[in-house]
Amino acid sequence: MLQKKDVVVVGAGPAGLAASIEAGKAGASVLLVDLNLKAGGQLFKQIHKFFGSSEHRSGTRGFDIGNQLLDEAKEAGVEIWLGSTVIGLFPRMKVVIEKGMDSNKKEVITVQAKKIIIATGASENVIRFKGWTIPGVMGAGAAQTMINVNHVKPGRRVVMLGSGNVGLIVSYQLMQAGCEVVALVEAAPKIGGYAVHAAKIRRAGVPIYMNHTIVEAIPGEDGCVSKVIIAKVDSNFMPISGTEKELEADTVTLAAGLKPSVELSKLMKCECTFNGVFGGSIPLHNESMETSVEGIYVAGDSTGVEEANTALEEGKIAGISAAEALGYLTAEEGNKERTEIWKRLDALRMGPFGERRLAEKNNILEEYRIRVGAPSKEELMEVDDDVDD
Amino acid sequence: MSMRIEKHVILDVNKKEKLVEIKVDGKTIQAYEGEPILGALLDAGIKINRYTVKKHEPRGLFCGIGQCTDCAMVVDGEANVRTCITPVREGMVIKTQDGLSKGE
Repeated sequence: MLQKKDVVVVGAGPAGLAASIEAGKAGASVLLVDLNLKAGGQLFKQIHKFFGSSEHRSGTRGFDIGNQLLDEAKEAGVEIWLGSTVIGLFPRMKVVIEKGMDSNKKEVITVQAKKIIIATGASENVIRFKGWTIPGVMGAGAAQTMINVNHVKPGRRVVMLGSGNVGLIVSYQLMQAGCEVVALVEAAPKIGGYAVHAAKIRRAGVPIYMNHTIVEAIPGEDGCVSKVIIAKVDSNFMPISGTEKELEADTVTLAAGLKPSVELSKLMKCECTFNGVFGGSIPLHNESMETSVEGIYVAGDSTGVEEANTALEEGKIAGISAAEALGYLTAEEGNKERTEIWKRLDALRMGPFGERRLAEKNNILEEYRIRVGAPSKEELMEVDDDVDD
Repeated sequence: MSMRIEKHVILDVNKKEKLVEIKVDGKTIQAYEGEPILGALLDAGIKINRYTVKKHEPRGLFCGIGQCTDCAMVVDGEANVRTCITPVREGMVIKTQDGLSKGE
């Protein structure tokens, strides 16, 4: 049996939740799908206070924002399927969902959508060195999930690779959890993240190795990490022989940035572009967050890695625009909301890191205007009104 | 020694869930109902979840959010279960996965 929904949102992180809430509030029937057992995406790992202005909930911890959004989604009448994966998008806006995943009760359900919002987030990049697959080497986000969500330590002595904000914040949070951070290793000559986060690490006495990289993770008798070899790098980031140093550690955490999860956008043949600042290949979108394919919207990290607040705002735009396209909001209402939100987004994209993202975001909007113009109304993409209920 | 976080300045780490027993490769360990299987394994010092098909190399926690499948194990006879996102139920029987196990 085919189920029908006005809007199907893929991914229940900040972008997907915000999109669902706005579309639901406007009157659209919304299905929000997420593979995890709890909605909120990575918000529940974020135990630090957010930056920004009060309208962006500065001073609030990520998990509190997550709980607020869950309440709002409930109020807006959003239907949420957890433990469910979108395994295919088919012509005429059919969304195929595996509900119940690894359980014995999993079933495959097709949902007929009118609009689809892709908010699938991003995945962690890895750095490869000898021994990078040994148990004990993991993403910094994986370690963060273990300590902050599952309340269990992934190891006792950790070497963190990467000094961007993820590397700095997770290092600090590992210490809060009771792990020892043996070293923070960074190949670049400068700390990548905010000085305020770096200062916390320094004050805690963590040795920071700039211009260094990990050469090898060496397994112990149990097959898991027991030693880590680091070395100084030259100006081409190649290890310099003779500068090796051996560290005792059972865990290596990789904080080498994130890459937008664009599988579904590519599946729908949305026009993409490569953008280094935003983390790689990303779907182009216009001011309504609509892709080159009519009715397919994107928001959050899946259209360029940023942070939770920008994801929230982009999600709102996608939700409002989808609701407007379905007639739940007038063009005037939609435009008014979008103008306000773009202003707030500009305010978020400030400072040395933000300004770069602001410029690139404008480039993406411009590239959309040149290469796409208006979303294409492919015949196959039209909503089939003849389906049985 | 337990790997659980016993005290934390921000988080409430006192588990309210029921403490149950699960079996891992024949050994009984304690776990909290509803937590990811992987959490209980880490607490018990178990870091290897599976061995690869061709080279028989060990794999363990890598992404922690159900994306990479490095933590897949045989759970209650079913192979390829991602232990980082599968909740504990009382009496679960878990086995280290060897290659492309077909389960039982």
